[in-house]
Formats: sequence, C-alpha cells, structure tokens
Amino acid sequence: MLKIILAVVGRDLKLAMRRQADIVSALFFFVIVVSLFPLGIGPEADLLRKLAPGVLWVAALLATMLSLPRLFADDHRDGTLEQLALAPHPLGLVVTGKVIAHWLVSGLPLALIAPVLGIQFDLSNDALLVLTGAILLGTPALSSIGAIGAALTLGLRGGGVLLSLLVLPLYIPVLIFGAGAVDATVSGLGGEGHLSLLAAMTLASLGFAPWASAAALKIALE
Amino acid sequence: MTDRFNLYKYAAPATFYPLAGKLIPWFAAASVIFGLAGLYLGMLVAPTDFQQGEGYRIIFIHVPASWMSMFIYLVMAFWAAIGLAFNTRLSGMMAQALAPTGALMAFLSLWTGALWGKPMWGAWWVWDARLTSELILLFLYIGYMALTAAIDDPRRADKAGGLLLLVGVVNVPIIYFSVKWWNTLHQGSTVNLTKSSMATTMLYGMLLMALCFWMYSIAVAFMRVRTIMLERERHTDWVKAELEGDAR
Amino acid sequence: MIYWNSFADFIHMGGYGLYVWGSFGVNVLIMAIEPIVVTRNQKATKARLKRQIRAESRSTE
Repeated sequence: MLKIILAVVGRDLKLAMRRQADIVSALFFFVIVVSLFPLGIGPEADLLRKLAPGVLWVAALLATMLSLPRLFADDHRDGTLEQLALAPHPLGLVVTGKVIAHWLVSGLPLALIAPVLGIQFDLSNDALLVLTGAILLGTPALSSIGAIGAALTLGLRGGGVLLSLLVLPLYIPVLIFGAGAVDATVSGLGGEGHLSLLAAMTLASLGFAPWASAAALKIALE
Repeated sequence: MTDRFNLYKYAAPATFYPLAGKLIPWFAAASVIFGLAGLYLGMLVAPTDFQQGEGYRIIFIHVPASWMSMFIYLVMAFWAAIGLAFNTRLSGMMAQALAPTGALMAFLSLWTGALWGKPMWGAWWVWDARLTSELILLFLYIGYMALTAAIDDPRRADKAGGLLLLVGVVNVPIIYFSVKWWNTLHQGSTVNLTKSSMATTMLYGMLLMALCFWMYSIAVAFMRVRTIMLERERHTDWVKAELEGDAR
Repeated sequence: MIYWNSFADFIHMGGYGLYVWGSFGVNVLIMAIEPIVVTRNQKATKARLKRQIRAESRSTE
C-alpha cells in the first residue's frame, strides 16, 4: 500500500521537476497577490496586521487552484491515467500519492514563503510561526479536496474556471480555521484549538477525498 | 431492458413521464390553496410582532424559502446516492430538474433576508451565520449546475453531478458549523430572524407557506424533468409516440 | 378576525411596506416566471424534437 503511494509520489515529483517553471510561477502568483493588498488598502500597520491572515489564506487558496487543473490532465492526455485505472491496485491509493506530490510542490512552498510575506504585514514572531504551521497543516486538505474538483472537471471546456467554482466553496472551512488560527494568535487568544481542528480536517479529507476523486476519475474515463 | 422494467417500473421514464404529467396540476393546485391559506393567516389575521413590528411578516416567505433551499439540496443528494448506487436513469434527471428551483429558493432566502435585515439590522447585508451559509449553499447550487451544463454526455453529467452533490452534502454541516463558529468569534448578530415566541396563528401561517413552497417545488421540478426526459430519450419509441399523440 | 383596520394600513405595513412588499413581490414574480420559462422550454423542446423526428423519418423513407 505504502509502496504504491510512494511510487506515485516519486514519479509525480520527477515529472514536476521537469516543469519547475510552473511551481515557481504559482509561488510568484502568491507573492504578487499578497503584495498587492497593501498597495490597495494603504500601509497602516494596524490595518495590515488585522488583514494579514485573511489575505494570506485567500491568496494561498487561489495559488493552490492554479496548479489543480494539471493534477490529472497530463496523465489523462498521454493515457497513463487509463492504465492506472485498469491496474489491479486501487485507484484511491494512486490519487493519494498524486495528492501528496501536489502538496509537496504547491502547498509546502507556500508555507515556506508565507512567513516572509507575513513580515510585510508586520506580524509578530508568534503569529508568523502559527501562520506557517496553519498553512502547513491546511494545504494538504486543499490539495485533496481540490483533487475531487480536478477529477470531476477532467477534460471539460473551461475546466479551470469551473474547477474553482466547484472547489472554492468547499475550501471555506479550511479558510476559516486557517485564518482564524493566525487571528487568534494576533489577538492573544492562542491558535491551538484552530490548529487542531485544521489538522483534523486535513486528516479527514486525506482519508476520504482520494477515494471520491478516484470515483470521479472513473466516471470521467468511462 | 426487461429486468429494469420490472425492477424500476416507476423509475422508467416511459412510465414516469405521463404519471408526472397527471400529478403536476394537483401539486400546483395544492400549492395555490396552501399559499392562499398561508397568506390569509400570515398577512391578514396574524397580529403584529411586538419586537419586530410588521416587518416580521417577511419571515412567512423567508423561512419557507430557506427550508426549501436546504431540503431540495438534500433531496438532490438523495437522488444522487440512488443514482450512483443503482444506476437508475431517473435519479440524475430528477437532481438536474430540482437544481434551478433550489438555487432560486436560496436566492429568495437571501433576497428576503436582505430586505428583512435592512430595517432590523440597519444594513442590507450582515455576515450573519445563517445568511452566510445560505450564500454558500447558493454557490454550491451554481457549481452543480455549471458542472452538469459543462458535460455533454448526460450519463457522465448525472454521475459527476451526483458525486459533487454527495461531496457537497458531506461538507454542508462542516461549512455550517465553521461559519457559525467564525460568526460567534467575530461579532454575533443580536436580532435573530426567527426567534421570539411565535403566536400559533403565525406558526400555522408559516407552516402553510412552507407547504405551498414544497408543492410548488415539486410541480416545477416535475415540469422540468418531463422536458429533460423528452430530450434524453428522444430516440426511443415512447417519446416518438408521445410527440405524435401531441400533434393530433 | 382580520387584523387590519383599513386597506391603507395593510399597504403601509407599519412603515415596513417597502421591505415586506419588496420581498413578497419578488417572490411572486419568481414563482410566476419560473413555470412560464419551464413551460416555454418544454414547448420549444417538443417542437424541435418533432422536427428532428420528421427529418429522420423522411431521410429513411
């Protein structure tokens, strides 16, 4: 079981390394969107500190959306996906591997760069730490829920826009608790409760979403 | 074909199409009767609410619309589950026929909520937990309709839409509680749309209106599902017979 | 039984007239328009399908 997942993760990472430009562009998209906000609303430190959690999280959601359409599209185009679906091992495990790989190239970089952007918003060290932790804990849920949307919209016209229409409403709980964790730290309440709920959501979605995506992929491949 | 005919006799479009046609007038009539009775009680007989004044009368349509918007989503998810489990053709068509009505109900709930909120809260829109959840529900409806509209093959549209509905219905409680929690953390609205002790006339008025909305939704969904059936089954004999019979 | 003293009172709705009638008006409008749109769709679909069937039967004959 673990072997299948690891094999898929390794393969997808290798493929992703050939397209490093994509990873870097998504990351820069995140940086640019976040940096636009102070320009749009003014440089008052108090205001920025209050807005930072929401802005960073919404930008993280959007940056994750960017790479989702590619999650299955390339494998679909060259026929790999059909072979994987016909293979004896369950498709859900393959999707789990792909989700993990997607998170490693999209969610993890976001978490690593988020504290730097947090400094722009005058966040305290504690808040920066919680922000990194929250994005680290929350983005796997984004990748796995997003995989369902990517599988449902596989091969459709206007798939990217449709994908965000389907997936963004489902991201709301992650957004609320992710931004809430940082918010609670900023206001001195402590974000541990939020973080543990975020972790619970990530675990639940990692457990369920790959199987839902596998079902969606089978529907799309029929 | 024969095994399905025995097992899912009433789920077969050829049987359901005329049945729905016969039932539509009855549901429509029931809707009108319940609506008139509900309006009579709610608008003419029921006394004013001492806290909210006459503005409270908006809840006679706000609450039924909100209930229906949630109920229709659940019914769609129910059909989706049936459709994915037993591979029946009717279920996907029913889900697709219900979606626009559900979205309209969610819209009505938001519209009446805004018109209620302006005099009560002093603002057209307040990030109240219920209104916010209703807005997200509207997004879910729109996502479902956009997905099924984007897929040309009706079988795939049914199944993909059904899967999205099931994912959505699992998420709805999570979304609702997270929004509620978010709301209590940030402000907590003071006046509630539907609290306060309701007089029995008010309660009956509201229940009658809810029945009116329910019957209306069934009638419109049946009308829509008949169109979908004709479209999907256009190569079958029963549709041809139906259309020829219609011409005479 | 009727709560209102006059028709003007009923329309006025204790100062909430705009909001109450705005809600009910849009509601009635939607519930009137939706069935009309659905019926027209059905008529259009039927007409289109009839044309298709006629065209098909002509081409096979």
